Amino acid sequence: MIYLTRKAEFAASHYYHNPEFTPEENQRIFGKCNNPNGHGHNYTLEVTVKGEVDPRSGFVVDLKQLKEVLNREVLDAMDHRFLNKEVPEFFTRIPTTENLAISIWQRLAPKLKTAQLHRVRVYETSDLFVDFYGEA
Amino acid sequence: MKAHLTRRYMFSASHRLHNDAMSEAENKATYGKCNNPYGHGHNYALEITVSGPVDESSGMVCNLTDLDAFVEREILERFHLQNLNTVPELDQTVPTTENLSASIYDILQRGFTPAHLEKVRIQETMMNSFEYAGTNEIRK
Ligand SMILES: [Zn+2]
Repeated sequence: MIYLTRKAEFAASHYYHNPEFTPEENQRIFGKCNNPNGHGHNYTLEVTVKGEVDPRSGFVVDLKQLKEVLNREVLDAMDHRFLNKEVPEFFTRIPTTENLAISIWQRLAPKLKTAQLHRVRVYETSDLFVDFYGEA
Repeated sequence: MKAHLTRRYMFSASHRLHNDAMSEAENKATYGKCNNPYGHGHNYALEITVSGPVDESSGMVCNLTDLDAFVEREILERFHLQNLNTVPELDQTVPTTENLSASIYDILQRGFTPAHLEKVRIQETMMNSFEYAGTNEIRK
């Protein structure tokens, strides 16, 4: 089994808010991240796929294709967007780094053909990242 | 759905690698420059990975505020700007980064309850890093 990681970057804004919480609870749990005007990050995304090497091409996955899928499914939707207002899954889900990793997994997994998705890693800053392995 | 969250903290400390049970020559041979009598320091980068189900109401594995507060109080307070040879957790051992990793893992394992501790990783310099997960396998 070979593991291959492709990196991408995107910039987006977000805020954290749960309409079922009182304003006080929202403030206590989310702190500054609760500001409805949002704030932004430069996210770094690392997508790791795994598979056996195809004996003809010598590839686990065609990087061109992986890049296309990544651009179409993730970057076109999220780069330079206000996640809460422009990315449908975040109309209802809070766009935390955890949920971003899950959402990116859900966008990519059905579109990858030859290789299998192993891990989605999202860095919100260089001091904070989340890994999602597709676990229930 | 289960996710893994990793947070990085920085701290600086000094240490001297020396084992009283070894002869002077053996200490020199084993630890080299790290055996110099007055010690030396590093900027350590500590990465803590916790895991758990992503809470639907908050979208989080655990609130970062809780993790940050715990690490500040129980780890950074203890090790940042200290001589590791004099810190109670390490003064009976050789304060290598291996032992430091295990010690920090134990502090988290004992005291941090909001999420499951996966592993601790410490980068001692740009050239070397250490990972510890107790008796568990380290997931890549
Ligand atoms: Zn943010």
